[in-house]
Amino acid sequence: MTTAEYYGAPITWVIILALGVGTFFLRYSFLGLIGNRPLPEWALRYLRYTAVAVLPGLVAPLVLWPSATGGQPDPARLAAAAATVGVGLVSRNTFAAILGGLATLYVALWLVG
Amino acid sequence: MTNTPSAPAGPLSVAYWRGFRQALPFILVIAPFGLLFGVAGNEAGFDLLEVMGFSVLVIAGASQFTAVQLMNDHASTVMVILAALAVNLRMAMYSASLAPHLGAASTWQRAFVAYSMVDQAFALADADYNRAPKQSLAAKLTYYTGACTPIVPLWYSSTLVGALLGKAIPPAFALDFAVPVTFLAMIAPMLRSIPHLVAAAVSVIMALVLAFLPAGTGLIIAALLAMVAGAQTELWLTKRRALQ
Repeated sequence: MTTAEYYGAPITWVIILALGVGTFFLRYSFLGLIGNRPLPEWALRYLRYTAVAVLPGLVAPLVLWPSATGGQPDPARLAAAAATVGVGLVSRNTFAAILGGLATLYVALWLVG
Repeated sequence: MTNTPSAPAGPLSVAYWRGFRQALPFILVIAPFGLLFGVAGNEAGFDLLEVMGFSVLVIAGASQFTAVQLMNDHASTVMVILAALAVNLRMAMYSASLAPHLGAASTWQRAFVAYSMVDQAFALADADYNRAPKQSLAAKLTYYTGACTPIVPLWYSSTLVGALLGKAIPPAFALDFAVPVTFLAMIAPMLRSIPHLVAAAVSVIMALVLAFLPAGTGLIIAALLAMVAGAQTELWLTKRRALQ
């Protein structure tokens, strides 16, 4: 059963529409509804860390326990993850990091056979 | 334009093409990212309309990937929505930054700005408005439109190509791992200060520790703890610097 079949079309569309409306209102919030009042400092302090608080936790299990290897840690994928982070930290460039990570992944997969 | 003494003056087309030109390098990020989302959506079994629904209605790559990943893990509908929206909370901050510049625009113009407020469009507009804050409102809106022109339609079309190609890409390309690589590539440049590093570390450790919880639940708890850790580290560092 695919993911789409597991949820079914109605629930899938509920998710898409909820994300669409929710994301629009996050983007519209201060521009449209709250006006020119600046955000309080404490709120900004939390908002600064939202992306960096969600994305690493999302990706960590995918790196350590990839589904393609049945959840077993895989040297090629671990090396690719390390290379992606390394290139990203040094270059500060998302595209360079993607290239570095995928290149490492293919070389490592080819070496392992 | 006689009321705008500070540069850049000139016809609006100058502002449009400046935005357009400055957005061109992002083609290199948007095209492969959209392609990957199309492939990921296709792999998850979504039909073309659903995959395009994500990219046209949500138009936020990281949260779209978050939603599809959590759905692959069979997370509850509420968890999928909460986690994917949490990824987009930063956009409220973008909105607050642009409000002083574009707050006087009409409702429809502000709705357009909000709809197309992707990371790259925000970054360009924020930099341009801070460089030349006295541009007219029309010039600022025109610049924004110019910056969105190479980015937003490309997000739709690259998603479409990825969704159509999806099944044609052989498994040897290990595209299963393209999604984690894309996430890591977005995270690494964000780690620009100690509080960001602390937040990321808490997020990783707590997500792994709480992995036994129903899909999505551990991630939400880990993210809340990581946000507090980042904010508190920042406070602590500021206080320590003030004492020195």
